[in-house]
Amino acid sequence: MLTKKKEFEFQDSDCKLNRVSKTSNALFNVLFVILAAVCIIPVVFVFMISISSEESIKLNGYRFIPEQFSLDAYKFILDESETIIRALGVSIFVTVVGTIIGVMLTTLMGYVLSRSTYKLNNFFTMIVFIPMIFNGGMLSSYVVNTQLLGLKDSIWALIWPLCVSSFNVIICKTFFKTNIPESLIESAQIDGATQMQIFWKVALPLAKPMLATIALFLTFAYWNDWFQSSLYITNPDIYSLQALLDNIQRNIEMMANNPAAGVSMVEYMNSMPREGARMAMAMIIIVPIACCYPFFQKYFISGLTVGAVKG
Amino acid sequence: MTKAKKEKKNIKGKWSRNDTELTLLAVPTAIWYVLFSFLPMFGLIIAFKDYKIMPGKSFIENVINSSWAGFKNFEFLIKSNDLFVILRNTIVYNLVFIVVGMIFAVALAIMISELHSKRKSKVYQTLMFFPYFMSWVVVSYFLDAFLNQDNGLINSMLRDAGSSPIQWYMSSNVWPFILVFMYLWKTTGYNMIIYLSSISGIDTTLYEAASIDGATKWQQVVNITLPCLKKVIIMMFILNVGKVFYSDFGLFFQLSQGASGSIFNTTATIDTYVYNAIKSATPIGMTSAVTFFQSVSCCITILIANAIVKKIDEESSII
Repeated sequence: MLTKKKEFEFQDSDCKLNRVSKTSNALFNVLFVILAAVCIIPVVFVFMISISSEESIKLNGYRFIPEQFSLDAYKFILDESETIIRALGVSIFVTVVGTIIGVMLTTLMGYVLSRSTYKLNNFFTMIVFIPMIFNGGMLSSYVVNTQLLGLKDSIWALIWPLCVSSFNVIICKTFFKTNIPESLIESAQIDGATQMQIFWKVALPLAKPMLATIALFLTFAYWNDWFQSSLYITNPDIYSLQALLDNIQRNIEMMANNPAAGVSMVEYMNSMPREGARMAMAMIIIVPIACCYPFFQKYFISGLTVGAVKG
Repeated sequence: MTKAKKEKKNIKGKWSRNDTELTLLAVPTAIWYVLFSFLPMFGLIIAFKDYKIMPGKSFIENVINSSWAGFKNFEFLIKSNDLFVILRNTIVYNLVFIVVGMIFAVALAIMISELHSKRKSKVYQTLMFFPYFMSWVVVSYFLDAFLNQDNGLINSMLRDAGSSPIQWYMSSNVWPFILVFMYLWKTTGYNMIIYLSSISGIDTTLYEAASIDGATKWQQVVNITLPCLKKVIIMMFILNVGKVFYSDFGLFFQLSQGASGSIFNTTATIDTYVYNAIKSATPIGMTSAVTFFQSVSCCITILIANAIVKKIDEESSII
């Protein structure tokens, strides 16, 4: 990875002759500025809505520059802080515990598969490989998880189904295979180490960059997950932030689709977070990701390329 | 030499302490795979059953005790009008996503690699990669901010211009464009970076030689960059074609706010259909037939795609 990057920079600085013309370069720059703006504008827009006052939304709809600024939306969230802090707690718990379990299970299997002298290697490779081409699908998993494993309305329903993916196991196996010299493991064995000790004290410490990558993949997957919640969770006490957001949207839809549904409209409207508050909640989800992502982008990309090249 | 001998002996030889220890290490993950991957595969059998839940019985007892239904579930499915719509939507959208997504990503990756300033290129990448980290729920809020019936930016602009607002969430003919646009919005940055990292791995002397021979930039792209990207492109193609019967659930369900009602025709896919069936507590017979069909077709497409690729280029295949 490092050498590749160096070559790339080398090409950049020294090979001035073989470049696109100045005009094309300018055109490309304009194009990418537009594309980058398109990618970022919605986030800015939602932020602006979250700091608009309720009156100006009512009057003019959502605007980039509202007539009146107000922090009411965030105050509303503070008033409702019990629900939101609980949801935040669920999100953090699921993300942390899920990532730890996921990294453990993934690296264990990756390590075992990377031992070429192991007799059941082919058997376990099949176990990891088959789900990549054939799987039971949403309904089957739902039936098994709720009726056999009893995961309905349990916080573990948010954790278990996501923690291992064959893609990650294979990244892991490739890493161990290419980065940990066979002789190192043999010498540890001669010193009388068990496989558990080798895994824990030799392989893992050498695999920190890969651990970071897999932990990142999992962290984003857990933090962004709303699907497991919407399938398995009906108890509002264990809604994650994403589920809460999803649920607000769902209730508004329901109201829009059947206007005459039971409770008086006004009462229902009042129980809903107001326009700005919805957007403020979306911001609460985005901000942690936006803050950490530039730092982790590198690990993310290196993980993707390992997987894409050696699949 | 002794080492090689020892290894050989170990492969063929008796079960060693090493093997026991490694098995112990592999067992937790293997149990996970059995519970969360292999049991659902077994669960597909309910497509051929008249599956009923009996109170107080476990799932396996239920499966064994329900009577065989043969292909009755599939008959129901074929007779219903929905099958054609959801199948068409799933496959056509996926094919459009694969083709358009790939063209965009490869073209942009080549352009961004040609930018003179590497610093700017990094900034563009960071910004364009960003949407990939948003969940579809959050993205649906973004979309709602623009398309909302009462407050959305587009409708208020229409009002300001004096024309009547459009009910976006009710007009089915605009959704193909919205969905394709949002798909590209979320994934192009990510795909571009995958291709870009392959481009930066191409041996630079190839380009130097070509430019000395007088090749234009365009000729270099066609004759050097694209052939070098072939492997990654094929790899991504197989991965995506394998999922042609699966739709990105969040994309279709969240953005269209339920994929039902008057926009069912252009937004419903197999997955949204199955999800809505689970949620509405309809008998699972017909739904299980859909998922069975989905799993099997998916498996077959992967194998076919892989076989074709193997024929064209032995090294690029994945199996």
